[in-house]
Amino acid sequence: MIHIDNLSKSFTLHNQGSTVIPVMAGAALEVAGGECVGLTGRSGAGKSTLMRMVYGNYLAAGGRLLVGGLDVARAQPREIIRLRRDTLGYVSQFLRVVPRVPTLDVVAEPLLALGTPVEQARQRAADLLARLNIPERLWSLSPTTFSGGEQQRVNIARGFAHAYPALLLDEPTASLDAANREVVLGLIEEAKARGAAILGIFHDEGARARVCDRLVDVTGFTPQVAA
Amino acid sequence: MTLMETMVATDRPLLKVEGLTKGYGPRIGCAGVTFDLWPGEVLGIVGESGSGKSTLLSCLAGHLRPDLGSIHYDGRDVLAMGETERRCLGRTDWAYVHQNPRDGLRMGVSAGGNVGERLMAIGARHYGEIRGKAVAWMDRVEIAADRVDDRPSAFSGGMQQRLQIARNLVTSPRLVFMDEPTGGLDVSVQARLLDLMRGLVRDLGLSVVIVTHDLAVVRLLAHRLMVMKSGHVVEQGLTDQVLDDPQHSYTQLLVSSVLQV
Repeated sequence: MIHIDNLSKSFTLHNQGSTVIPVMAGAALEVAGGECVGLTGRSGAGKSTLMRMVYGNYLAAGGRLLVGGLDVARAQPREIIRLRRDTLGYVSQFLRVVPRVPTLDVVAEPLLALGTPVEQARQRAADLLARLNIPERLWSLSPTTFSGGEQQRVNIARGFAHAYPALLLDEPTASLDAANREVVLGLIEEAKARGAAILGIFHDEGARARVCDRLVDVTGFTPQVAA
Repeated sequence: MTLMETMVATDRPLLKVEGLTKGYGPRIGCAGVTFDLWPGEVLGIVGESGSGKSTLLSCLAGHLRPDLGSIHYDGRDVLAMGETERRCLGRTDWAYVHQNPRDGLRMGVSAGGNVGERLMAIGARHYGEIRGKAVAWMDRVEIAADRVDDRPSAFSGGMQQRLQIARNLVTSPRLVFMDEPTGGLDVSVQARLLDLMRGLVRDLGLSVVIVTHDLAVVRLLAHRLMVMKSGHVVEQGLTDQVLDDPQHSYTQLLVSSVLQV
C-alpha cells in the first residue's frame, strides 16, 4: 500500500544565509495492507518528517513515495487532495479545526466530504465519540475548549471515521489514560484486521509491541554529513 | 453524492487561466499567471499589499481587461464574450464578494431587498418565497430576522460584510471570487462564515478564489495556495504544504512573520 524508495529531503533556509539542511537520504520502507509499521529513532531523527512527506505535507527532494499507486513525491495538489479524501488518513498530535463547529460535525466531516448521508455520518461520529468516552453533553460544543486528552480523542475519532485503506498515526496514545489507550489500540487492531496499512510513531513501548508488526529505525535514513 | 459525482464526471477544470498579464502603464499589475481551478476547490491567493492579488482577481472576474493571456470558464472563452453574456454570467454562475461591502451592496435598498434582488435577477417572482429565502440566508450569516427591512447603511461594517456574502451566495453560484472577505469581521463571526463556506464547498461543489492577508483563514478554507510577489506567482501548491514547507524565500519570510496567538 505504501512503498518508499530512495526518498530524500532537505530544507533550504533562504532568509538565514541560504543554509541547506539535508535531513533525509535513501529512505526506503514498505507497508502492506493489514500491517502496522512503527518508526523509531531518537527525537529529531526524522520520524515526523517522514510521516509528513508521506501525507504530502512536506515536499520530497527526490525518490519515490507511492501511496495506493500515486507517487506523492510528484503528484499534483489535486491528486493529493483526492488521495487524502479517499485513501490516506492522518491522526496528528494537534487538532486544527474551524472554531465554533460542534465536535460531532468535526468528527463526521471526513465522511461528509466523501458524500456519506448526514445522518449516517453523524451516527458513525456518535459511535466513535461514545467509544472514546467523550461525554455526550460535549458533542454539541466545539472541541477547541476541550482538554488536551479530549482533543486528542476527537482527533482519533476523526481519523477513524472513514475506513481509510492507509493510515498515518503520530503518537495516538500519547496523552491518554489506560482505559482510553485500550480503546485506541482496539481501533488500530480493527483497522489492521480490515486490511488497512498503518505507519505510526509510538513512544509508548507497550503499545508499539502490541500493534506493530515491524519497526523501522529512521536513524538509518539520516544523511552522512561530510566532515 | 453531488460533489463526488461532479468531480468524477467532469475531469475538466471549471476555470482555466493561462499567462494572464495586466500592466498599469510601465508598472506590472500581475504577470504570467497560470492556474486551473476544479469544481469543489478553494484557491487561496496571498501576498503583501501591492503584490497584484486584487488586480488578478479583478481580471478573473471581468472587472479589468487583461493585456495578455486567456481565461476559460467551463470551456468558454471569457475574454471573447460580449458584455451581455459576461454580465449574465456575473448574475448567475459567478459571485463577487468585495473587500468593501459598500461596493457590493445597494445601500439605499433594504437588507432583504439586497438579498432578494439577486434571486429576482435569475427569475424568482414569488414575493413570499423570495422574502423567506432572504431571511433564511440572513440567519445563516447571523443577522437577526427583524433587521430584514432595515437598510445596510444602518448596519455595522461587519454586518454589511455578512449581508454582502448572503446576497452573493443566495443564488447558489458555481464560482465565487472573494477579496479579503473576512477582513473587518469579529473573529466569532469569521469562524461561523468559514464553517458556512466549507459546508457549501463540500455539499454543492462550489469553487472559490479567495484573496486574503490572513494565513489562518487560508489554512482552514483553501485547498490550494498561490503566493504572489511583485505581480508574479512565486509559489503554488497544497495549502498546508506551502505553509509548512515553503520553498521560496518570500513565502518563508511570510510564514515566519506571523505572530503566534
